[in-house]
Amino acid sequence: MSTSTPAEVDPHLPTIRGNENVFRWDAGWLLVLAASALLAILVLVVGNPFDRIFRFVLDGLRVTVTVTLVTFGLVLVVGIFGALGRLSTAIPLRGIATLYVEVVRGIPLLVQLYFWYYAFPSIVRDLGARWNIESMKNFVANPYVMAIAGLTLCYGAYMTEVYRAGIQSIPKGQMEAARSLGMTYVQAMRYIILPQAIRVILPPVGNEFITLLKDSSLVSAVAVADLTRRGREFQAITPLPLHIYLMIGLMYLIMTLLSARVVAMIEARMSKER
Amino acid sequence: MEPIIHIENVHKYFGKVHALRGVSLDIQKGEVVVIIGPSGSGKSTLLRCINRLEEFDKGRIIVDGIPLDSAENINAVRTEVGMVFQQFNLFPHLSVLENITLAQKIVRKRSESEAVRIAMNLLEKVGIPEKAHAYPAQLSGGQQQRVAIARALAMNPKIMLFDEPTSALDPEMIQEVLDVMLQLAREGMTMVVVSHEMGFSRNAADRVIFMDGGVIVEEGPPSVIFTNPTQERTKLFLSKVM
Repeated sequence: MSTSTPAEVDPHLPTIRGNENVFRWDAGWLLVLAASALLAILVLVVGNPFDRIFRFVLDGLRVTVTVTLVTFGLVLVVGIFGALGRLSTAIPLRGIATLYVEVVRGIPLLVQLYFWYYAFPSIVRDLGARWNIESMKNFVANPYVMAIAGLTLCYGAYMTEVYRAGIQSIPKGQMEAARSLGMTYVQAMRYIILPQAIRVILPPVGNEFITLLKDSSLVSAVAVADLTRRGREFQAITPLPLHIYLMIGLMYLIMTLLSARVVAMIEARMSKER
Repeated sequence: MEPIIHIENVHKYFGKVHALRGVSLDIQKGEVVVIIGPSGSGKSTLLRCINRLEEFDKGRIIVDGIPLDSAENINAVRTEVGMVFQQFNLFPHLSVLENITLAQKIVRKRSESEAVRIAMNLLEKVGIPEKAHAYPAQLSGGQQQRVAIARALAMNPKIMLFDEPTSALDPEMIQEVLDVMLQLAREGMTMVVVSHEMGFSRNAADRVIFMDGGVIVEEGPPSVIFTNPTQERTKLFLSKVM
């Protein structure tokens, strides 16, 4: 038995929540730097036509970033509910969640985006005509809303499976211990299971973000003026495909490389916090 | 006297396996009951039915006057019943202190300072106050199990359940955990313990129950069960473990 007083902390323990710098110079950052330098040289040094292309597609870049971030925020929430549904003991809930995941995963994203942009509004208009509801008869889809909805539903299904795997990786005894202390299911999830699951799912969640960033280029097919679509629009005026798609590809590459670094930094920070 | 735990003709199936075949048992307040038996005898299942970690299929269990039937009742019972697991099940992302204070705060609605005061008192009691700010992975198995006992005690349970609390421990750490349990027993805690630690049973148990094949085969004071068992199955089992 120990003789030390409660106030005394074992001096041999490592510092837990240290604020050490998690930034590390590695090959990943070197790639970010190289890609960014190449972009800067093309735009600032080589100039025409790269500087013109860059200025033209810049608002598309903003759209791509916005669509990706908004969608990802929604996906993180949809995924939690999806995973809780998949793990529910209530058979109807589990059935709905499983059906959602299986159906969405089996249909190409581009087809889903077409559905939400073209087919869904026509369904609303048909129903409006049948029920004689004026606002539904004249329903016009906002391409941005439909694109974000379509991306969210699709990626929500993938995120559901990521969360589910993460939650299931936590030993059953954790839930049992929490419940036997009198915590409700929701409290046990909130305080015990999810905080541990987050550490497990962080790498796959980061992957989903990077894939989403790239797949967001598909919204260019449903009237959203994102980076890819702005490139195509430039090409319609000035047919310089090599220059245009070199620029666009480089801009996506910088964003994905940067995202991968940010994910790695968050991971490093989390593992420091144990 | 009304028993604090009343178990009446409880049956439990795991698929086709009939794990509990009509178990009835009354446990009085302050009693220390040790359950022994071969693996697969249903002893852990019975223990886990008492706080409904395992649902039973038939029969009745009443804990401290509350029947285990509705969801609200189960949460009410769980706050009165502490559970200690073979694998400790400490929360690895929380410090020792946080492990002991979390449920106090969110279930018992105690203030931070009160929860910490209670936690530190209990850590003193189990002999490791200096580990308050350590994380579970930094503790030995015996220390982790003592923290798990403190965590359960912090909820002021009327009953403590122990599911093979020393089976996952290295031999040299078993005694430090048994010492804490022995002290609890002397203080009058109602305890139901699944364990083959004969020393603990002899020193602390009021009653030893031998289970096999999902039924209670024999029960009695440790002196009788260990030295003069009447049933052949009990004799056979004891000859193997002693």
